[in-house]
Amino acid sequence: MENIFINYSLFILFLPLAAFVIQIFFGKRLPRQGDWVSVGAIIITLILSIAMFVAMLMGKDPNFKQEASFTWLDMGAFSIQLGFLVDNITVIMLLVVALISTCTHIFSLKYLEGDIRYSRYFAYLGLFTFSMNGIVLSNNLISMYMSWELVGVSSYLLIGHWFEKDSAANAAKKAFLTNRVGDIGFFIGIMLIYTAIGSFVFGDIFEGVSTGMISGTTLTLAGVGLFLGAMGKSSQFPLHIWLPDAMEGPTPVSALMHAATMVAAGVYLTIRIFPLLTPDALLIVAYVGGFTALFASTIAITQNDIKKVLAYSTVSQLGYMILAVGTGVYTAAFFHLVTHAMFKANLFYGSGSVIHSMHHALHEKHDHESDPQDMRNMGGFKDKMPITYWSMLVSTLAIAGVPLFSGFLSKDAILAGSLSFAQHHPEHFLLPVFGFGAAAITAFYMFRMMFMTFHGKPQMPELINDIHESPKEMTGPLVLLGTLSIAIWYILPHFNPISTHGSWFTSLVQPVTAVVPGNLTAHSIEEGAHHAHNLAMGISIGVAAFGIGLAFLMYLKKVLSAERWGNRAGFMYDWSLNKYYFDENYDKYLYQPTLRLANKIAWIDWELYDKYFINGFGRVTNWASSVAGKFDYNIIDQILVDGLGRITDNLGNILKKIQTGKLQNYLLYVTAGVIILMIIQSF
Amino acid sequence: MQELNTYLFVAAILFSLGVFGVMTRRNGIAILMGVELILNAANINFVAFSRFGGMNLDGHIFALLVIVLAAAEAAVALAIIINIYNNLNTINVDEASALKE
Repeated sequence: MENIFINYSLFILFLPLAAFVIQIFFGKRLPRQGDWVSVGAIIITLILSIAMFVAMLMGKDPNFKQEASFTWLDMGAFSIQLGFLVDNITVIMLLVVALISTCTHIFSLKYLEGDIRYSRYFAYLGLFTFSMNGIVLSNNLISMYMSWELVGVSSYLLIGHWFEKDSAANAAKKAFLTNRVGDIGFFIGIMLIYTAIGSFVFGDIFEGVSTGMISGTTLTLAGVGLFLGAMGKSSQFPLHIWLPDAMEGPTPVSALMHAATMVAAGVYLTIRIFPLLTPDALLIVAYVGGFTALFASTIAITQNDIKKVLAYSTVSQLGYMILAVGTGVYTAAFFHLVTHAMFKANLFYGSGSVIHSMHHALHEKHDHESDPQDMRNMGGFKDKMPITYWSMLVSTLAIAGVPLFSGFLSKDAILAGSLSFAQHHPEHFLLPVFGFGAAAITAFYMFRMMFMTFHGKPQMPELINDIHESPKEMTGPLVLLGTLSIAIWYILPHFNPISTHGSWFTSLVQPVTAVVPGNLTAHSIEEGAHHAHNLAMGISIGVAAFGIGLAFLMYLKKVLSAERWGNRAGFMYDWSLNKYYFDENYDKYLYQPTLRLANKIAWIDWELYDKYFINGFGRVTNWASSVAGKFDYNIIDQILVDGLGRITDNLGNILKKIQTGKLQNYLLYVTAGVIILMIIQSF
Repeated sequence: MQELNTYLFVAAILFSLGVFGVMTRRNGIAILMGVELILNAANINFVAFSRFGGMNLDGHIFALLVIVLAAAEAAVALAIIINIYNNLNTINVDEASALKE
């Protein structure tokens, strides 16, 4: 039992990587462009993940933890340990990643059929799954950071899958660069912690924090730095701008990465580092999350692109999770992460199914002008696509927070957490207001989307006959994930549909008290949340009903005119429609000045530095070398080297004269020499 | 002791004649003859010192060795001279200067 978890994790980690390598090098030459390699690999990882999950359920040990590490770099005093950490959170997260990834692979078989870069697409999916599992499994900040960047890269590659489109290429770049901003914070956080504690491993870090090796402002800064990375990846305000644009990628990718798993990496990181966040840092986290939840949901109201609605809804739901971490109920955040992964991936697959069908219908009519993603072109698809409709409806009920569905449970836990936080700290009453406001708006815009897409009269009646249900490779994941959006799976082994109390999830994922002194203990947070539970549940059902009712009246019964209300809201409507002009303002106040600065610097670089300094340096070198060359030739070569030769030559000429070759001469010299010696001797 | 000086005297004259012969002659065979004179002068000295120096028969044996050596030397040298003659048609050693420069 000991190492089985680690071994399985290694397989889960590296199988998708192997699939990636095979696909990238041989994909095009394999039959069916090798999609079976990727799908096979991911199904094996899914089976392994399920095996681990079942083993974990059997174990029923809330403190279950396996760690394995090795020394990656050793330079005397500086050594880096890398390793794996498998605990209950990891196992659940691995299962979520493997499940959504498998669904995406299967869904993509049909969705991307005939794509020019079909094999490469599957290769990148493998790379992504590898890097995501890397984040989930790492027990230290360094390997997490590496996987973090790898996730960024695979996201970049997949968003830019159709890079012939400028918008896709730009969206990929935007996602990558926006993430970079957050990652700088992440890196600074890592370095602050390493400088103080001297280790990257979570266990050592928490121990170091609890013994006060790092505290006060430094710890707050480190926590906020790490959270900045999470903000980038989980697209929190003000770094949320990339996620809606990332919808340029293929829809299954949006489901996998930009809804269910990759963006959850930020939340996952915040959950992992939760014990070291100081009260101040937690407050920042809570406000960022809460504000993002409300802010993004207000944008989602007015969007007409079906994927944009879902994108902003994702930002908003991620805000919820972050809010939950900030208010201390981080198990609720993780719970919401899991349920959200299921229903949001499902909603994206559903939208993919609709878009796929729209695309084919438009193609049939040779209509290349109409946007297949615009909800204003849809309507009345309910009878044409029943499977898509019903599974999406289940997920919509889940995200809207209707009882009996998974989202209700997790959202309720989060709202209870924020409510109890506000009861502890009345000055932060805004946090639950954010939460409940966002809940109401979410219910409203999700049903707006459902009504506009599936109900009412077809807006383009000429298309409706060509709208068909998608093939079973696409409906299969829809049905599976739709089923998983029902509450029953999360409340087992009890059957209490309004509370997760005593379910397998809450008994396996138990909150740990933060190691930072001054934070509330896990027990008191839970206690508070438990007390706030009923109130929160009441309000959340109320606001969900209000949102759904409003959408029902506006978009189904048309009793209230959406247009009139839009006009009545005036500038607020415009702001929401234009996403609060974030892109425009970033462009005006951030990108353009940066570009101008870059141009100035480029001018300095080229005109001054390059022309005067570099070229001047070149000229000086040129002159110096010509002087040195002259010296070398005239002095060293001509006088010293050749002079030595000439001296030898002259000496040789002189000395060769006594070398006559006549024996008699030599003998004469010898005799004369002997006689001279004898004369000398005789004195 | 008078006797020893006599022998040494004869030997010295013989040696000088030999050196003179070697130095003045251009004829290879004549040079060889001079060398023989030098060797024999040495032989006389060996024998004389051996006889008068009370050194048993060491000197005699050396003289015999020198004679053998001289015979070998003459054989080799004559062979060289014959070859020189065959190649250059002369036995004048000055003519055999092909290795010079």
